[in-house]
Amino acid sequence: MTDDHQLKELTGAQALVESLERVGVDVIFGIPGGAILPAYDPLGQSELLRHILVRHEQGAAHAAEGYAMATGRVGVCMATSGPGATNLVTGIADAYLDSVPIVAITGQVASTAVGTDAFQEADIRGITMPITKHSFLVTRAEDIPGAIKEAFHIAGTGRPGPVLVDITKDALVNTAPFEWPHELNLAGYKPTVTPHSKQIREAAKLIAQASRPVLYVGGGVVKAAAYEELADLVKITQIPLVTTLMARGAFPDEHELHMGMPGMHGTVSAVAALQRSDLLITLGARFDDRVTGRLDTFAPGAKVIHADIDPAEIGKNRTVDVPIVGDVKLTIGELNQVLRGAELGEYAAWRAYLTNLKTKYAVEPEPTKGDLLSPEYVIKRIGELSGDAIYAAGVGQHQMWAAHLLPFDKPGRWLNSGGAGTMGYCVPAAMGAKVGQPDAVVWGIDGDGCFQMTNQELVTCALNDIPIKIAVINNESLGMVRQWQTLFYGERYSNTDLKSYRIPDFPKLAEAMGAVGLRAETVDEVDEVIQKALEINDRPVVVEFIVHKDAMVWPMVPAGTSNDEILIAKDLAPDWEDEIL
Amino acid sequence: MKTHTLSVIVENKPGVLARISGLFARRGYNIESLAVGPTERPEISRITLQVGVDRPEVLEQITKQLNKLIEVLKIVELEESAVRRELLLVKLKADPASRSQIIEIVQLFRGKTVDVHNDSLVVEATGSPEKLEALLEMLRPYGVRELVQSGLVALGRGAKSLTDRSAKVDRARPGVR
Repeated sequence: MTDDHQLKELTGAQALVESLERVGVDVIFGIPGGAILPAYDPLGQSELLRHILVRHEQGAAHAAEGYAMATGRVGVCMATSGPGATNLVTGIADAYLDSVPIVAITGQVASTAVGTDAFQEADIRGITMPITKHSFLVTRAEDIPGAIKEAFHIAGTGRPGPVLVDITKDALVNTAPFEWPHELNLAGYKPTVTPHSKQIREAAKLIAQASRPVLYVGGGVVKAAAYEELADLVKITQIPLVTTLMARGAFPDEHELHMGMPGMHGTVSAVAALQRSDLLITLGARFDDRVTGRLDTFAPGAKVIHADIDPAEIGKNRTVDVPIVGDVKLTIGELNQVLRGAELGEYAAWRAYLTNLKTKYAVEPEPTKGDLLSPEYVIKRIGELSGDAIYAAGVGQHQMWAAHLLPFDKPGRWLNSGGAGTMGYCVPAAMGAKVGQPDAVVWGIDGDGCFQMTNQELVTCALNDIPIKIAVINNESLGMVRQWQTLFYGERYSNTDLKSYRIPDFPKLAEAMGAVGLRAETVDEVDEVIQKALEINDRPVVVEFIVHKDAMVWPMVPAGTSNDEILIAKDLAPDWEDEIL
Repeated sequence: MKTHTLSVIVENKPGVLARISGLFARRGYNIESLAVGPTERPEISRITLQVGVDRPEVLEQITKQLNKLIEVLKIVELEESAVRRELLLVKLKADPASRSQIIEIVQLFRGKTVDVHNDSLVVEATGSPEKLEALLEMLRPYGVRELVQSGLVALGRGAKSLTDRSAKVDRARPGVR
């Protein structure tokens, strides 16, 4: 049958714990409650599973994401039925849009009570159907091992994503012989991993014919850890590249052919690299509207090679000339084999055009703006002083500055909420990353608005020996929204003023949660508090930086317009030097 | 808007229909008709979908998005020549004077009269949507009291079977696997 020993009779709860151990889980972020309570009994006795008791289920889901992004493994969160489960929803949606492999395990009311509006009943499988890669409702103890094995397989393979396993209370309480399935029963799930060699040759042909090619590198390259292959591809072809928000760090920023991040807040050189290209070599990216701007004016002269593991992404937003379905690591590797030694196009003029734009529009942040610190400078200094740190960002202006100014010289060190834009992601994601990489310095770059959404997880960090460092870039407002109000709503600042100068008092708040609280208001204090934060490794640290509220993220492509409308400052467009092309 | 008929072979598990209808709703695809039923294999169900699309890329997206659902085993677009049938039940006003006329029309369309009362009768007919529409056209003047119609079910012609193996068929362009 299955194992050599005789089948043990286990409760569903014991079977769940045993199954989680067998798929190699070591950490679970969660909160118990009525329906999931049976699972917490054997969980508390497991020697292999570390359960970290968070303060809000949203924190559990983001922590699972942070863990997954920092380790490349499947992250796990757990909650009870009803509100426990619905509190996971934001994190699950976030993982869905950014293709982060997590498994969410929820308790459900007893199968006899399902559908009766029982206490703490919510149809969490129905609620999460549009935001999960797959979901299970398990009502029998004997089905738990199979569901767990399948859930982890689905979450972590193909295009990664969140999987929900909802288990009724009676399934956890009842007993059944424990049988670990050797085979997966997933006839309808067979992701294509190996790229088609004919498509690789077609792609190579287009590359050889192009004169203005660009590598449009997305988060898929990070998920597939295709860094070496990408570096080889650049070395072989000398084609310039851009890395999207989800792919920052996939290729070293300082390389002369790296044009930076494209998109709504992309660099001039990266936006131009896409807009003026005649061939987009798209690697694990998905033509998100924040990258393309107005779609019908995006990269108008470009043919498109699109390599992705998800066939549904190909042709979804942009018509494709050469589609390649497969693992992007294998795809780039095979491309390299074909391109190595092949006769390629002459891209020198194109490279010169872009590198000139890159130099011309490079921005070096000033330390202050008026009497106050400039947020860009603060973020840049954190990066410069912190060595090989892992960075998690919140969402908004500070995220964009972080995406430009942190030292992206090594892969796998950048966590943020790209697709969903989830404010509140930073603190719990940093927590999850630190749990997954306990020896790394983990910084959260957060805003005062974001921080107030999920900062309670600092308590979790303080109590569980998770010494993360959070920089609160305090501009006393919902900065990105304020920026839009400045630019598009006649400076009418409706409900974006958080009045967060001293309320809350962030260092005191940090101290109250068992963290160290620091603050910097002058240029001299910036390096000092960063150094101090770096020296503290026994507790979490929160560093508040009081910054100017009118700093804006530039460049910017106004929403809904063409990338050609990119501005480098208010009412200031770049000086395009088309004639050299 | 062009109508396409998709046969979707799925695992017979709870929630599959919700996944499919939810997918159509949230991605803004247009379902014209949907019919679900068992197949010759109890663990497999077959869903026949009629979808209206204005561009071929939309049909490609529908197929690809359906294929991403774990419980979907296979999707095939049926050819124009496939056998397509709907079932129609219609309750008509019928007095002794009109009854025989109605029955004559129904026989012409190879339908059946399945219930008769003093002032009503129920007609059953199966056929292609066009045939049933033609029948209804003829019957309407007598007075329709109640009408119910099934979704379309369809089967390709020839010996080939869609359910004899469970490998996924991706209908994307050649070269895309």
